[in-house]
Amino acid sequence: MKHWEVVIGIETHVQLSTQSKIFSGSSTAFGADPNAQANAVDVALPGVLPVLNKGAVDCAIRFGLAVGGQIAPKSVFARKNYFYPDLPKGYQISQYELPVVVGGEVAIQVVQGDEAEEKTVHLTRAHLEEDAGKSLHEDFHGKTGIDLNRAGTPLLEIVTEPDMRSSAEAVAYARALHALVRWIGICDGNMQEGSFRCDANVSVRPVGQEEFGTRREIKNLNSFRFLQQAIDYEVQWQIAEIEDGRAIQQATVLFDPDTGETRAMRSKEDAHDYRYFPDPDLLPLIIDRDWVDRARAAMPELPAAKRQRFVDEFKLSAYDAATLTASLELAGYFEAALEDGGKTNAKACANWVMVELAARLNKDGLDISQSPVSPIQLGGLIARIADGTISNNIAKKVFEALWNGEGRTADEVIEKQGLKQITDSGAIEALIDGVLAANAAMVAEFRSGKEKAFNALVGQAMKAAKGKANPQQVNELLRKKLG
Amino acid sequence: MSLSLEQVRRIAHLARIEISDAEAETTLGHLNGIFTLIEEMQAVDTRGVEPMAHAQDIAQRLREDKVTEENRREALQSVSPETEAGLYLVPKVIE
Repeated sequence: MKHWEVVIGIETHVQLSTQSKIFSGSSTAFGADPNAQANAVDVALPGVLPVLNKGAVDCAIRFGLAVGGQIAPKSVFARKNYFYPDLPKGYQISQYELPVVVGGEVAIQVVQGDEAEEKTVHLTRAHLEEDAGKSLHEDFHGKTGIDLNRAGTPLLEIVTEPDMRSSAEAVAYARALHALVRWIGICDGNMQEGSFRCDANVSVRPVGQEEFGTRREIKNLNSFRFLQQAIDYEVQWQIAEIEDGRAIQQATVLFDPDTGETRAMRSKEDAHDYRYFPDPDLLPLIIDRDWVDRARAAMPELPAAKRQRFVDEFKLSAYDAATLTASLELAGYFEAALEDGGKTNAKACANWVMVELAARLNKDGLDISQSPVSPIQLGGLIARIADGTISNNIAKKVFEALWNGEGRTADEVIEKQGLKQITDSGAIEALIDGVLAANAAMVAEFRSGKEKAFNALVGQAMKAAKGKANPQQVNELLRKKLG
Repeated sequence: MSLSLEQVRRIAHLARIEISDAEAETTLGHLNGIFTLIEEMQAVDTRGVEPMAHAQDIAQRLREDKVTEENRREALQSVSPETEAGLYLVPKVIE
């Protein structure tokens, strides 16, 4: 049996977070009544003209900068001609020969078992285009219903080189790209609403063969799981076809999540005859150096740079730094918490954000941006752990109180609920004396050599102190008294 | 270069235009006339001239990203042959 190598390239349609459409002043808000956001330009009344949205171009420039691509000083809009009722003009305005972004790359981490491998996926291009409307094939007396609200929504189509070699790499790329477009604020990343859709070009070839096999394109994958399943199925299918002596025909296929299979769309011999030509309604898009410089100045620190800085500046582990830079919101929360929590407490702060806070958010199904505990509150709490005012255990109580709005600051909760740690050794000794007197049996056990009894006595002392005694001091003083 | 009758029929099909054999013949003549013009233009030496994407050598004007349109569905759909539940209805298309 031959060994096969999988080759994957991905095209992603990223819906840009603009207020208005790419060529008209209609709203792009999701969920409006059918055709309530489809106006003269969007329904393609004769004589209307497109006017390009500056905000959409801004998004493209930000993306180009984020991936280290070239921002084309001059790019051109072209008409992609095809006939479909949800495309009332009879063509889609896209970019063909001269796209707005050329080149660039996305770093991915592919986890295989315990190891994470770094890899770079090169981009071919990214171009601006408009989305089509939606066809509803439900029962309209044997007719199709057309909703043009989505027609004209700005998209950035991002095309990779055929650089990926497994479904795991494809998913790692899609996740990295998804995180990046959200990070730089050009896309809301909502996959259910179709804001981020992937097409995967998949082919297989015998290991060692130079030339690519014939590819099939899996269209419109709107979840990472489907992307993985669709590629895995497609690869097995292609290998089986070839091993059975059948050649792969280039085709566009759809993934059916119910069966987990891909199937070819009814073959349309004309499907790829798009007859592109420059759109005479639009002049070339000129992006000067100033515009790029302004966009660069407005860019946030990118995830890779932030990750490295977290390691260098805060001495976090690579894992922690990667977790905390999963989104701009999370990284922002962590850094804001550090303001009050103190940079020297970065590790503790990272743990609180990644463990306690993350678990609590998860439990209530909340996003980091919806956290009832603000980063300032959490930072204040961490500062009190660090200076010994409260123990980590008590801190969990304070955190819960802050979560439930029982105080504005950690200090206020500690004060109001009397949670300040007892560090006065006289007070702790008094507590211990009480515990020893009340637990003579345990004391006897300890003296007979049972170390476990010691821990039980510590527990009793902590209980008597309502958790507020400094555990180390309790240990030491108890040891002294028993010894 | 000149087109064949078959190519004219194919172009018509791509644009979903129904043409009779006679119309195809006439259109073939028109299109080939255009190709003759193009051939004449292609005879001009354009070495060293940067291709233009538009007849005017100026840049695209841009609009600010603002919503300027209101819902005019009623007016727009008043000229549509058939609508239902806010949708335009068209002959059934199945993917």
